[in-house]
Amino acid sequence: MSRLLKFNIFRYNPEDAQSEPHMQEFVLEETDSMTLFIALNRIREEHDPSLQFDFCCRAGICGSCGMVINGRPGLACHTKTKDLPGEITLLPLPVFKLVGDLSVDTGSWFRDMYTKTESWIHTNKEFDPTALEERMDNKQAVEIYELERCVECGCCISACGTARLREDFMGAAALNRVARFLIDPRDQRSEHDYYEIIGSDMGIFGCMGLLACEDVCPKHLPLQNQLGFLRRKMGITSLKRIFKK
Amino acid sequence: MQTIYTDFLVVGAGLAGERAAVEAADAGFSAICLSLVPARRSHSSAAQGGMQASLGNSVMGEGDCPDVHFADTVKGSDWGCDQEVARLFADAAPIEMRRLAHWGVPWNRVVPGKSIYYKGGKQFEKIEAEDKEGLIMARSFGGTAKWRTCYTSDGTGHAVMCTMDNRCAQMGVEVHDKTEAIALLQDGETCYGVVARCLRTGELLIYLSKATMIAAGGFGRIYPNTTNAVICDGGAHTMCVDTGVVPMGNMEAVQFHPTGIVPTDILVTEGCRGDGGTLLDVDEKRFMDVYEPEKAELASRDVVSRWMTYHMREGHGVKSSYGEHLWLDIRHLGEEHITGKLREVYEICTSFLGINPIHQLIPVRPTQHYSMGGIRTNKDGAAYGLKGLFSAGEAACWDMHGFNRLGGNSLAETVVAGGIIGRKIAEYLQGCETEFKTSLINDEVKKQQARIDALINCTNGSENVYKVRKAMQDALHKGANIFRTQEGLETCVASLQDTLIRAKNVGLRSDGRGVNPELASALKLEGQVKMALMVAYGALQRTESRGSHNREDFTARNDRDWLSRTLAYWKNEGDTLPTLEYEPATVAVEIPPGDRGYGHSEIISADDKKE
Repeated sequence: MSRLLKFNIFRYNPEDAQSEPHMQEFVLEETDSMTLFIALNRIREEHDPSLQFDFCCRAGICGSCGMVINGRPGLACHTKTKDLPGEITLLPLPVFKLVGDLSVDTGSWFRDMYTKTESWIHTNKEFDPTALEERMDNKQAVEIYELERCVECGCCISACGTARLREDFMGAAALNRVARFLIDPRDQRSEHDYYEIIGSDMGIFGCMGLLACEDVCPKHLPLQNQLGFLRRKMGITSLKRIFKK
Repeated sequence: MQTIYTDFLVVGAGLAGERAAVEAADAGFSAICLSLVPARRSHSSAAQGGMQASLGNSVMGEGDCPDVHFADTVKGSDWGCDQEVARLFADAAPIEMRRLAHWGVPWNRVVPGKSIYYKGGKQFEKIEAEDKEGLIMARSFGGTAKWRTCYTSDGTGHAVMCTMDNRCAQMGVEVHDKTEAIALLQDGETCYGVVARCLRTGELLIYLSKATMIAAGGFGRIYPNTTNAVICDGGAHTMCVDTGVVPMGNMEAVQFHPTGIVPTDILVTEGCRGDGGTLLDVDEKRFMDVYEPEKAELASRDVVSRWMTYHMREGHGVKSSYGEHLWLDIRHLGEEHITGKLREVYEICTSFLGINPIHQLIPVRPTQHYSMGGIRTNKDGAAYGLKGLFSAGEAACWDMHGFNRLGGNSLAETVVAGGIIGRKIAEYLQGCETEFKTSLINDEVKKQQARIDALINCTNGSENVYKVRKAMQDALHKGANIFRTQEGLETCVASLQDTLIRAKNVGLRSDGRGVNPELASALKLEGQVKMALMVAYGALQRTESRGSHNREDFTARNDRDWLSRTLAYWKNEGDTLPTLEYEPATVAVEIPPGDRGYGHSEIISADDKKE
């Protein structure tokens, strides 16, 4: 007989006046190749149909299912139960607004981030449908894609010391986004433009360098390198600004 | 209750919906996309392989042009597509890929000089031209004459989705995520928007609009084994089915993808085979080259899936506790290729299977993948039956795919169709005036509230949502799968008719308060069963084999009697079967029906028709 898994799951429904935040226990028999996606769906279908959690692609591609798994933020879909002890504690990601149980509102947070960072190519060039595409070095394209692989799961933000302390901290996901545009030759913003966005305690200078963001990133993005890269760039820009005055 | 007005309302915030919304916003109209999840989590982002467009930059794509792309698409569809639409698509695709590059997509680019590639497990060499350096590169995909699939590593959908959503943010297109449309506001002639349910609070919302588009993706989740995300449940389709006047086109055309992994049915990209991966059986022997000497693993998806199933039936499958499967071998491509161009595949194998594809074989089986069928529209994307209602992307049967879709054509379709139809919608909105009747809105909201109350109070019964859903999925799996027979389909239809009665008697076990996921599933269940019946009943009536629709009792493609598109309606609430009508597959004929060059070639010619 396979293991009996004990799940301690955070429960709270903000839309129900009677609901109090508490932990609830569920017991499931472990099956072959079981992931938290399989387990949580079984709990919902067999034990408590009101249980709220988010999954979408269930394949580690979309970033929906970030949650705190035994104390560590991660994607539930590609967490295999065989890699966990028999007792599994699941909590919603902190920092983001709670929707209910394990479900949080990452959408609003990230939408706000796009607005702050103006997350699009800034160019005065018009698209010409009759012309060939503008050429780009393949290496450069690959480097950009490397940073664009972020699935916006929010794990890095939830694991970030600064983000836990101050609500307005942009966090690794936003800084990584800025780095993506900074290295893109199609974006015509200058370093000074980027300094306006991230050259403060809310941005690059708020980072305490704890680097939990990189530790928990399920896509293994080089967040540490990006933070270092931006800090150097923005540090130099900052000095230039001082001497210009 | 909150009422929100916009000129253009899109149900869905994937690539097709957002692309159309950008076009409307560009023309000065307000646009809102409703989405179950944040836009970037849309299933578009899961597409790994790439987008077909005949740029012809790679040496292996030399001589490619829209005409060749068009011909591949028509052949791929097994002559089931609307050729006028396929032509629109093939012509516009290169421009749209370049536009995406301008907006920020980091397409892989041509690197001049010598490089190696694999085909059928063998190594070949190619030399990319100096003068093409830095132009958009392409890779090989099944069913295409040229290397035509533009890509960014194997995260094309994700990269394009990011760029498109950035563009929406820039253009002021609003995305209302965690919002689920549950009914159309319509009077049988015109669509005025939707009633939606907020998935943050559970409250009902009214969205009014001059033009409404359904771009909510496929409905693969009516099958038990599917590569589709859990949000691809056909919920938006059910709103259209409920109107009784909007037909679903070609619902029996369901694509199975050859390489879903076992047991979770997560897709590994066709790029694996495009880049030279091979399929092996229990003896680790290749077999596709025996069945399809010419195209082998790169025949179209319907053909490969069918031969795989056939080969397993012949006793060459690998037995496992999850049933039989075959192997996908990409080991010979090497570590650099696998962790670079096929990194998602590498990660899926290591994260979900615990195997390393650099050294180990990947267990695969054909799995439900794509819905060629959907909301029937004309070439402008306007839905049949209701003015002001449009559809695009996988949700629609615009019909460039006919009975089988080529890999790389659907991801391209999302942005190409989104662009073309978005412009048509902008034209429609110019000078469009409308009036909203409050009685119509109030009646619909009351009706929806009553449905919700009945589910919560178990007024109609207490059938378990998840058990009824499973009954529907199992019936389709057994009867309307890769191989179909009259007997199997009849059993399937009968079983779905029973399931429909059960679906009408569903009651919640939980209290239904707030966001409540059980309620969300229950609200669409009856509509899903009706769609399942459209699939099975349509397949039962279609006594031929065409593309993905394969009848063992009618093996020939019958152009004499079936060069047609099925239109399925649910005309009356009390019906137990859909009403089927038919229309010609295509009015414009650039390429008359012929042999595809792969797969079976038994054809009953249209010329045999008795006048």
